[in-house]
Amino acid sequence: MTRRVVITGIGVRTPGGNGVKAFWELLTSGRTATRRISLFDPSPYRSQVAAEADFDPVHEGLSPREIRRMDRATQFAVVCARDAIRDSGLEFEEFDPARVGVSLGSAVAAATSLEQEYLVLSDGGREWLMDHGSLSPHMFDYLVPSVMPAEVAWTVAAEGPVTMVSNGCTSGIDSVGHAVQLVREGSADVMLAGASDTPITPIVVACFDAIKATTSRNDDPEHASRPFDKSRNGFVLAEGAAMFVLEEYEHARRRGAHVYAEISGYATRCNAYHMTGLKTDGREMAEAIRTALDEARIDGTAIDYINAHGSGTKQNDRHETAAYKRSLGEHARRAPISSIKSMVGHSLGAIGSIEIAASALAIENGVIPPTANLHERDPECDLDYVPLTAREQRLGTVLTVGSGFGGFQSAMILRDVASVTT
Amino acid sequence: MNETADMRTYVTGIGLLAPNGLGLERYWEATLEGRTGIDTLSRFDVSRYPVRLAGEIDGFDAAEHLPSRLLPQTDVSTRYALVAADWALADAKIDQDAYTDYEMGVVTSNASGGFEFTHREFDKLWTKGPETVSVYESFAWFYAVNTGQISIRHKLRGPSSALVAEQAGGLDAIGHARRTIKRGTPMVVTGGVDSALDPWGWVSQISSGRLSTATDPHRAYLPFDTHARGYVPGEGGAMLVLEAAHAARARTAPRIHGEIAGYATTFDPPAGSTRPPGLRRAAELALADAGVRPADVDVVFADACGVPELDRAEAQAISAVFGERGVPVTAPKALTGRLYSGGGPVDVATALLSIRDGVIPPTGGTTEVPEDYGIDLVRAVPRSGPVSTALVLARGRWGFNAAVVVRAVPEETA
Repeated sequence: MTRRVVITGIGVRTPGGNGVKAFWELLTSGRTATRRISLFDPSPYRSQVAAEADFDPVHEGLSPREIRRMDRATQFAVVCARDAIRDSGLEFEEFDPARVGVSLGSAVAAATSLEQEYLVLSDGGREWLMDHGSLSPHMFDYLVPSVMPAEVAWTVAAEGPVTMVSNGCTSGIDSVGHAVQLVREGSADVMLAGASDTPITPIVVACFDAIKATTSRNDDPEHASRPFDKSRNGFVLAEGAAMFVLEEYEHARRRGAHVYAEISGYATRCNAYHMTGLKTDGREMAEAIRTALDEARIDGTAIDYINAHGSGTKQNDRHETAAYKRSLGEHARRAPISSIKSMVGHSLGAIGSIEIAASALAIENGVIPPTANLHERDPECDLDYVPLTAREQRLGTVLTVGSGFGGFQSAMILRDVASVTT
Repeated sequence: MNETADMRTYVTGIGLLAPNGLGLERYWEATLEGRTGIDTLSRFDVSRYPVRLAGEIDGFDAAEHLPSRLLPQTDVSTRYALVAADWALADAKIDQDAYTDYEMGVVTSNASGGFEFTHREFDKLWTKGPETVSVYESFAWFYAVNTGQISIRHKLRGPSSALVAEQAGGLDAIGHARRTIKRGTPMVVTGGVDSALDPWGWVSQISSGRLSTATDPHRAYLPFDTHARGYVPGEGGAMLVLEAAHAARARTAPRIHGEIAGYATTFDPPAGSTRPPGLRRAAELALADAGVRPADVDVVFADACGVPELDRAEAQAISAVFGERGVPVTAPKALTGRLYSGGGPVDVATALLSIRDGVIPPTGGTTEVPEDYGIDLVRAVPRSGPVSTALVLARGRWGFNAAVVVRAVPEETA
């Protein structure tokens, strides 16, 4: 019998959303957490807007030693993992550690700490030959970011498969998809899976400035993330994390666990076209969607809601609109579609997992979060993007998608476990 | 996909760049002859640093191998990865119509991304201003760069991914590529390549506390030796073409290098735990996955960190699985330095060559192995004899363990 995988615990830290409750309140209110950058002085940069999390590591219960050694993205991941574990009610001490694994996604990993260390080692950029005398003992942890899943593994003493999936902006779907495969094939019974990125640091802001991928709407930061709107002009950089306890379904059922949703399908494809560019036809994303539907053994018409990538770049919004039409046909015009990036921004590798959390909560609560700031659709984006206001609707099956640099296109299907029959 | 199809995973192409040899055969010749690729790092003046030796690739001119438009947008590590993939695909001789684009994927591992490239961009940002940062920085740095670039160059549109697990990641990539094949994608390009030999990458590696401070290139990295005192870092790696056996047979693949017969990964318990480290379990799970008994294994390619307590732990794991001196153990990486994500794939390629030529290469300059390690380490000269099954081990800092079983494919069954 095929092993099925369900979400039994969720932890999130997002801009305006410290914890599941605050996160969901933000998403359903249609408020936005995008602001002028405060983590450093953004005035020399083209894009000066970001969605920052109000994250206090001391308040979050991290020890001084943990705070010293962990990069900000690792701190987010560990805090979310602890939340997800608590939420799942799973007693890890009673569990064979060899059957517990970790799959963590991140696109730019320790970028924040790398930049801080760089400034010390190079004397503010003046020295090409760096001074090893002022070297942090943790520099290697920032060079090679697989310390991130290791730190998460240590929270529960996991001894099963532990890995980092770093597929750029689809990392957060792909890390969870990777974990689902491991549970299905029997390599683990429980996986801590999710993603974290904290990229609001000068080098990352500058590299997106260079290709004008981020918004220049600096005079109106609260309304700067405008997916599918005619006036949108780039994405809003963000930070955040989401972690899940994923569990084999029978295992969860036996212990009477609360199940948010089943992850019933996942697929990823590459466009093999351009490292940052997208073709307008959406061919590869459509293929990923169709393959994920096949894996879930459902027809496209079963999709009740699409949690979009919706980054708010012109090329993305048109690309994914084409992908929905291509993969779902006429049903693309009926299925409500929304982008939570309009509220929490685009946290690169983390957002895929944050969107999985939003999808699971949408199923749990029967509410579709809206696309904020969508006042006038791009004429080439002619579907139902749930503008401005949340919609109450019973959701059996949700599709969430991601698209990223390197050409990655990923799709995942979540479904209400009440509709799962054994 | 045919339910009864032969879903074994074959290696049908190899591309390799190592500090002691550019290209598979040159590397193999150097490895058997004991020629080291370790020398004083020449990229910049290392005289002020406590560590000066590296396994550096010499004589590589990217412009000879890659189109000029790719050069400004790629770090040196990505150039190596692209060339290794080119060579692996050329070796596999896959016709353009053998597969559809979605039937071909890419799974790579990476430890430090396009690090030298990004170091230059950090310098531009902080000395000349944000407007001078390269339009390529957003994708030349991140850990998925090699997967993306290889996918684009060869129009491979199937399931693809990039994994990070320090030195264990390269075997994880191969294991995940095999999983991807078993799930129905018949061809996957996989492997790992790393390079972080710019001054920032260099001091970052020094901060690991595991690098050898020795100055004699022949005595600096001595895995399992009584004089072991750390490792020498290197650059390079290998890419492999993996194919489902039924698909390789259907297209009459010209060469079957061997089979990826088993794979497993485990993670060590946290520091202070009384539970044993996970390497032994990874080895046992990989053997079980392959359906191979320890007695069937002809050689173990060790992780061979060169740090005494880690060498001892690995020797214990090997003895626990195979019995004391129960199997020949080797570490040809003593001649290349540790290549991070490139290390495992190079060892897998080396294991396939051992199978082909019936010879186990030696472990660099290691001479004296402590008696109580209880391992039969192949030293000084190659050891001849038939090799049909090899176990490749890798460990990544912080607790990652991975193991791959490589097996010969007799010609008549290919």
